This record gives sequence, structure tokens and C-alpha cells, in this order.
Amino acid sequence: MDVLLLSRLQFAATTMFHFLFVPLTLGLSVLVAWMETRYVRTGDETYLRMTKFWGKLFLINFAVGVVTGITLEFQFGTNWSRYSAYVGDIFGSLLAIEATIAFFLESTFIGVWVFGWKKLSKKAHARVAWLVALGSNFSAVWILVANAWMQNPVGFTMRDGRAELVDFAQVVFQKFAIVKFIHTVSAAYVLAAFVVMGVSAYHLLKKQHIEFFTKSFRTGLGFGLIFSLVVFILGDLNGVVVAEKQPTKLAAMESLWETTTRAPVVLFTWPDPENERNAIEIGTIPGLLSFLVKHDVNAEIPGLKDFPKEDRPPVLIVSYAFKGMVGLGVMFILLTGIGWFRRNKLLDSQLFLKIMVLAIPLPYLAIQLGWLVTELGRQPWIVYGLMRTSEAVSPIATIQVFTTLFGFILLYGLLGASGFYLIVKNAKKGPKEEERGDTTDIAAAEAVA
Amino acid sequence: MVLQSIWFFLWGLLWAVFFMTDGFDFGIGTLYPILGKTEEDKRMMINAKGPLWDGNQVWLITAGGVTFAAFPLVYSVMFSSLYTALMLILFALIIRGVSFEFRGKIDDPRWRKIWDTTIFLGSFLPALLFGVAFANIFQGLPIDRNGLLQGNLLTLLNPYGLLGGVLFVALFTMHGALWLCIRTEGSLQARAAATARKIWPVELGLAVVFLVASWFATSLYGNYLAYPALFLVILAAVAGLLGIRIFLAKEAYVKAWFSSAATIVGATFFGVVGLFPNLFPSTLRDTYSLTAFNASSSPLTLKIMLIVVLLFLPAVIAYQIWAYTKFSDKVTLTDLLDDHAY
Repeated sequence: MDVLLLSRLQFAATTMFHFLFVPLTLGLSVLVAWMETRYVRTGDETYLRMTKFWGKLFLINFAVGVVTGITLEFQFGTNWSRYSAYVGDIFGSLLAIEATIAFFLESTFIGVWVFGWKKLSKKAHARVAWLVALGSNFSAVWILVANAWMQNPVGFTMRDGRAELVDFAQVVFQKFAIVKFIHTVSAAYVLAAFVVMGVSAYHLLKKQHIEFFTKSFRTGLGFGLIFSLVVFILGDLNGVVVAEKQPTKLAAMESLWETTTRAPVVLFTWPDPENERNAIEIGTIPGLLSFLVKHDVNAEIPGLKDFPKEDRPPVLIVSYAFKGMVGLGVMFILLTGIGWFRRNKLLDSQLFLKIMVLAIPLPYLAIQLGWLVTELGRQPWIVYGLMRTSEAVSPIATIQVFTTLFGFILLYGLLGASGFYLIVKNAKKGPKEEERGDTTDIAAAEAVA
Repeated sequence: MVLQSIWFFLWGLLWAVFFMTDGFDFGIGTLYPILGKTEEDKRMMINAKGPLWDGNQVWLITAGGVTFAAFPLVYSVMFSSLYTALMLILFALIIRGVSFEFRGKIDDPRWRKIWDTTIFLGSFLPALLFGVAFANIFQGLPIDRNGLLQGNLLTLLNPYGLLGGVLFVALFTMHGALWLCIRTEGSLQARAAATARKIWPVELGLAVVFLVASWFATSLYGNYLAYPALFLVILAAVAGLLGIRIFLAKEAYVKAWFSSAATIVGATFFGVVGLFPNLFPSTLRDTYSLTAFNASSSPLTLKIMLIVVLLFLPAVIAYQIWAYTKFSDKVTLTDLLDDHAY
């Protein structure tokens, strides 16, 4: 194996692993802040217990998300030094802005939130929860702006052998970035909603903490239903932007080989890149692809054969990841839709609750597939049309990357196992019956001493 | 020229603040096996820095991000040529971060033992390796025309590099011991204070040796000799060091901690000021060195970043000071009972 392949594997492993935790952080931070605000507004103690219970799961998940994020700030330099030198003028500033504006906010106030229960007023504490949520979500803005620039570089000029910034606003506000941000963050909210609904369903099936988990389930349900729809609509808009800016990615997603007018969506295909065709095509819906991405059934969509072989992404994975993601997205709408009609008789909906427990991993899968579509679909470019991934890698020794890749797999494997074990364990344990008051706390403290 | 120079010093400042803040977290983690006699001691120690370490760590992320944004060539060359050392630091920081959160979540001595070990390693290793890395940057590395390091991890482990590593460990353990004096009471506080008093002569000795060794191993003093007023930076670091001892004797721990902070910032700026305008000096040939002038981003990027930093960094500093004042009181047993506490 060479440095390029190892570095790509390492980037994929560290980023995908990081993104197993980030979506729950993004979504649950908002849900927990919302629960705490409900508590402050209504004085309903159940919402306080919800805040604490879901907050605990949030914190375990948050810890793994944060530490695995450290790697990402540095590995462009360690493993992609030529890329860093070539586009750092633009890409680097976006990462630095993310740290300055968002990550400080999130990380400073998470500490205040965890340790500030007795030091802050109820209102102030709830506000801190919102600052954490704001920080997390702001982070996503800048990371996705940076990623959008890799998909569709704008607002720059080539000078002295590198890309230099000429229009900052164009970089930040390009349609690609906005659509990508809403699509990704909504997906994260769907994931958080499914975790909350799934864990709640587990307890409702066991008929324990019924009020607590009914409320939790409904909170997750409203959130999940709205954002399942948003993620789908934005997914469609994303397709439009991709069709406009990244024709090779779109063609790979749909495994479309020939340039076609009235381009179809084919429900099942088996691409055969050797012979530049699909070995199997089942369920062709003519004109649908043209309609979806160009809003015109007769529009012409360029096929992969229009592009030289060395400019095409890996069709098989991209097309399957795409189909999987869309299928799951539809399923989320159906499940939350059913949930909406059963929301007042959850306890009588055993089968539905069981499905919701089993559905917890699905949004995780959908998000990882979405990442594969975006990033593998961008290949062979690291910056679409501007720089090839093979030109971007650091001139370092194979053994160095081999060693760290091995280290990451080992370390992240252990971290992931411990993290998910703790989340599952605490999720199954359920909430404390009620929060102990200050007096019992002090008595218990003296007993410990 | 002006913009690049401003960014050079901002770059130095971010690293200095990172060492000043997360430094005490590293110190507490390094002292953890020594001072953490009982389970209660250990929990006191991690909860003493619990509310703050995460925000402190972001100074590192920002320093990394700003290196990328303002000096992309430095980010690219420095981090790829120090690949193995940086990866070791990252691994250490990763295990440190989860250790606090994971440790208390299962009530089993064997489980806690695992995370006790990783808290120590995850704190001690970065303290040492950051020192080694910075001493090597002060001294310069064999970087060739293409920005490739002619050497390996062992190249970094030269005497001056190792001296820097040991110095950083001393600076940070002192800083951590003083933070424990501020936030704990009773026997733990007494032991932390005694440890600080023991570290002090070692820290002083190392600082003197480092300043002398820098004369022979680096060209840092060039700028000082050209502009003797710069010696004030060294003076500030030394004054901080003396302040630590004076306030320690008076049991004025907050003042002692601030003195220690001045020492750390002073020590970092001793190097930063001496380096200017070099960010990553090459020992092979002067023209291979990466400087604030030949490795920076475009003026537009530097300007935009400066605006961002001037707008947001004061806010960050304000809310971090607020958080510090909220969490500078004594950690109590009641605090340890909270369901979310470490």
C-alpha cells in the first residue's frame, strides 16, 4: 500500500468515526436545551429530569466527538500538506474561524453547563444550554462551508502557484454551502430524534418511567418528523446543486453512463465500470432524474462516458450509498409519520415501538452513506476540478502513515466500544426517580466523608 | 509586512495562552498518580479542572487553525515533518479527554484504574512533547528546500529538545499544583502546596539552564542583542518565577498561580520574540526557513482573519474569564455527588 491510499483510509476512518458522534451532539444539544427551557418555563420537574437524563447521554457522546475532532484540525497538515499549502489561504481560514467563533463557545459553556447546576440561576443555566447548542451548530456551519468549497471552489484566483481568496462572501454564502449545511444538520437532528425515540420506546415497551418516556418520545417525534421532511427536501435541492456543479458525481450517483435527455431514475442497477454500462437495470422511470435535478423532464443530463475515465468517481459505491441514503430517508418520513398518528396511544403500539428501538442505527447508517456519496463522489478530486487527491498527499514515509492508521483503528475501536457501551448502559438504566434536594445531598456528602 | 508581523505575534500569543490555560490541566494530570492518594483526592483533582479543561483545549485547536489560516506553508511543512511527534500528542490528548468523562461512569476499581493511567499519560506526554517540539522549533530543524525534514523522531530527541521537554513538564506541574491549591482544601491542598515548593527549585534550575543553553544551541538571542529592550520579556518570565516562590510562602495561591501564568507566557514569548520573523527555521540553509513573510496567506485573508479575531477573541476571553471566576472556589464533596460530575 502506498502513502496515498493509507492517508485516504486514515482520513476516511478518522472522519467517519468522528461523524458517528457529531450528529448526536448537534441534535441532542438542541433537544436538551429545549427540554431545559420547557422546565424553566413550566416548572414541570419531569422536564428537569429529562434534561439531566438526556444530558448525561449527550455528555458521554460529546466527549468522544470532541476528542476525535482534534485530529481533524491537524491532519490536513500531517497527511495532506500539499493540499494545505495549495488552498490554505481559503480553507485554513474557515477552520480557524470555526475554532474562534464556534468551538470556543461550545467547549467553554459545556463545562459551565455540567458543573454550573448550583452556581447559576435556572434561567441562566438554560441559556448556557442554548449557547452550547449554538456553538455546536455554528461549528457545523463553518465546517460545511469549508467542505462546500472543496466540492465547488469559488471566490478565489490562482496566484503564485496557489489558490488565493478574492471574495470571502462568495465562499461563505454560496448555494452549495447553504444547502449542504441545512441538509447535514437536519440529518443530524433526525438522528438525535431517532435516538431519543428509540431509547424511549425501549422503556415504554418495558412499561417503566411511562410519563417520562412518553414526553421524551413526543419531543423526539415532533423534531424527527419536521427534520425528516426538511432533510428530504434539502436532499433534493442538493441534487440540483450537484447536477449544476458536479456532473460526474451526479452521473455516478445515478450510474448514468450515456448522456441522455429525459434521463431516468432507475430503481435498481448493477454498474459495470469495465464496460461502461449497467449490467442490470430494473425499474426505470423515464424523465424523473431530469425532472428532479433540472425541473424539466426533457432536460439533458451528461453521462459518465462524457468524461475521461481518470475523472470519474467510483460508481458502484457512490450509486449504492446514494440509493441506500435515499431509501432510509423515505423510511424516516414513514416512521415518524406513523408515529404522529400513534402519538396518543404509544403504549398500545407495541410493534411500532419495537421497530423504533431497532431503527436507532438507521440514521447513523444514512449519515455515513451520505458522507460517502459526497466525498467519494468528489473523487478523483480533492478540490473539485482544481486539485487531484493524488497531488495533495504529504511527502511522508509509508511506515509513518501505516503506524498511525493502525493506531487510530485500535484507539478509536476501543473508544467507540467504550463510548457506545456507556451510552447504552446509561440509556437502559433510565432516569433517576427524582432529583435529590440539596439537604439530602449534603447528608449524603457527609456520609461519604 | 505589518499584517504578517501582527499575525506572527498573534500566533505566538495563541500558543502562549494555550500553555497558560491547558498547562495546569496537564500539570494536574501529571501529578495525578502522586497526589491522588484516595478515590476522593482523585475526584477532587479532576473536578478541580473539570469545568475548564475543555475550553482551555480550544486554544490549541485555534492555534492550529490560525497556523493553517495565516501561515499555510508552515502548517503544511511543520505538521507533516513533525508527523510522528504530533500524532503522539494527538493520541495522548484523545485519551485524556475521554478519560475524565468515562472514568466515573462505571463503579468498578479496574475500570477506574484504566482511566487513571490514561489521565496521567494523556497529560504528561503532551506536556513533554510540546516542550520537545517547541525547543526544536527554537533551535531549527534540518528542513530542506522542499520542506522535507532530513531526519526522524530521534532527530527531535536531541539534548536541547529534551531540555525543553523537561522544562515544560516542570512549568506545567507547578501550574497544576498551584491550581489545586486554589480549588482544594485540607490534606490535598497541603500536599499540593508542598509539591509546588519542591518543584520550584527544579523549575528555577531548568529555566536557568534553558536560558544558557539557548545561547549556545539557538540563535534566539540575535533579536535581543539587536533590541536590548526585549530582554524585558525574559525579565517578566524570571519575575514570575520569583513571584511564585514569594506568594507560595505567603499562601497567596491565586497570586502564585498568576505568577506561574506569567512565567509560562514569558517562556513562550522568550522563544517567539527570539524567532521573529522565523516560524520554522531550517538549520540547513537560511533561505529554506519558513518565515512570517515567505509563508503567509494573502493580505486579504490576513485582513479578514484579523477582523474575525479582533471581533470574537475579546468575547472569548471575556466569557472564559467569567467561567474561571465562577469556578475558582473550592470543590466540595457535594459537587462530587452531582450526576454529571466527573
